Amino acid sequence: MTTPIDPAVVKRDFPLLTKAEMHGRPIVYLDSASSSQKPQSVLDAMDELYEHTYANVHRGVYELGAETTERYESARRNAARFVKAPSEREIVFTKNVTEAINLVAYSWGRANLAEGDVVVLTEIEHHANIVPWLMLREERGIELRWIPMAEDYTLDVSSLDELLDGAKLLAVTAMSNVLGTLTPVRQLADAAHAAGALCLVDAAQYVPHLPTDVTELGADFLGFTGHKMLGPSGIGVLWARAELLEAMPAFLGGGEMIRDVRKDGWTPNEIPWKFEAGTPPIAEAIGLAAAIDYLEGLGMDAVRAHERELTGYAIDTLTERFGDQLTIHGPAALDARGGVLSLALRDVHPHDISQVLDQHGVCVRAGHHCAKVLMKVLGVGATARASLYVYNDETDVDTLADALADTADFFSL
Amino acid sequence: MPGLEDLYREIILDHYRNPRNRGELPVPPAHRVEGFNPLCGDEIVVYLDIDDQGRIDDIRISGQGCSISQSSASMMSSAVKGKTVDEVRDLTKAFKAMMSIHESSLEGDGESEGEPAEVPDVKLGDLEALRGVVKFPVRIKCATLAWNTLAQGIDEAVDHPS
Repeated sequence: MTTPIDPAVVKRDFPLLTKAEMHGRPIVYLDSASSSQKPQSVLDAMDELYEHTYANVHRGVYELGAETTERYESARRNAARFVKAPSEREIVFTKNVTEAINLVAYSWGRANLAEGDVVVLTEIEHHANIVPWLMLREERGIELRWIPMAEDYTLDVSSLDELLDGAKLLAVTAMSNVLGTLTPVRQLADAAHAAGALCLVDAAQYVPHLPTDVTELGADFLGFTGHKMLGPSGIGVLWARAELLEAMPAFLGGGEMIRDVRKDGWTPNEIPWKFEAGTPPIAEAIGLAAAIDYLEGLGMDAVRAHERELTGYAIDTLTERFGDQLTIHGPAALDARGGVLSLALRDVHPHDISQVLDQHGVCVRAGHHCAKVLMKVLGVGATARASLYVYNDETDVDTLADALADTADFFSL
Repeated sequence: MPGLEDLYREIILDHYRNPRNRGELPVPPAHRVEGFNPLCGDEIVVYLDIDDQGRIDDIRISGQGCSISQSSASMMSSAVKGKTVDEVRDLTKAFKAMMSIHESSLEGDGESEGEPAEVPDVKLGDLEALRGVVKFPVRIKCATLAWNTLAQGIDEAVDHPS
């Protein structure tokens, strides 16, 4: 039995949420799917590093250098523990999830995919898990196939085996950043493996919100990013099975990715450093470790339970107050979704919604959410997206509902 | 609502709710040009009929977007209909000058580095209502989308007359 989250207590750990204002009103931050706020402990961990122990990593043999290196590598152990990676050697620090996916496309993709090879995507991916593959298609002539979205905003897996027939890779999100849809990753990964394909999981919206076990998910590659899980921007993670990383060629050259350089050639370092060229994001990795500590302190089961309950409250509240004036583009069942609410308020454009919400101190994202393929499937140009996290509570949802009512009044619905 | 009157003037909301010159024109003879605002996914299509005298004989707007981009497009279509290409270019310059102080500092579009060299002395009329957008810098791209698309359409139509 986990201790339930008290968002009022959690909120006190986030300086921006308690101190900052927008138009003279307290901040109601509902844009965590874009980027989350940071607790004091993350800010302190980074400050403390710069004030007391900062030096470059894997270079100086003096005490500061050794200490920073140990803390950086300790952050890798945190990340491995957090997603239950079998080995910390399988954790590659990147800049963000986009770089993690691009790393796979550049290194594994260019070594293993030739003209006519098939990569399977889904219609609900965001651009970071589409564009690298489109680039490979232009460069190599690979074929892309798409798992369609079903009527109820889940994936339509009825033709999965045909789509995967002859495929080399399935690249799929674990949770949609627009719909909140949780995809059946294990089922998809098993089907991919049965077809002889590998499975890449874009877990940027999943790892911050649900307990994650890369082995249980059946993933071969899994990417996530620090800034959406209470950590700093500039740090992300690619997890991959060790034998895949071992076999993949390095793709950025210089710094820690080198073992030996001669005039006539070079030898790469061992994994994971083979993929960490140049001075890495040191303080950011240490900030991410503090964010992981914070989330583990809450307990990821409790995080999921809190968000599930709050999502239910939000759907009930908004449906009750706005009825068919309001559409929520996402699955209705709470087990099938996370706390992302993509809203359409009759014919008020999402930009105009967010403009009025801004006056109420409510932060939501309006736009296509870097998912233009999905926008076309939904038949809309944009949505207004409210996304929930550990520091949100029912009052935040009520303020959102009041602000939406004001929006409806203003545009005379 | 306090703070929003400057943005959402009554005339803007009127053009949003009742867009003028909405629709399409047969291509050719009309020129068709698309504009995108990558920030928000707004899309606009401008159809232009330019007669032998270089006059905008007809204009239609389609696409979808927020109140600011759509009302700006609607007001633009009313303002340029019947004007010559040269008059429209001056009007576009004057409109963009009203909007461009912030736009150029947000994202240089190559032509408005520093102060604009010369702003044509053109009456903006109803378009003045959009002046308040400057106070909301993220919306300037919405207000100028139709005008940038129109400018591109005129350039293409003049370079490649049908």
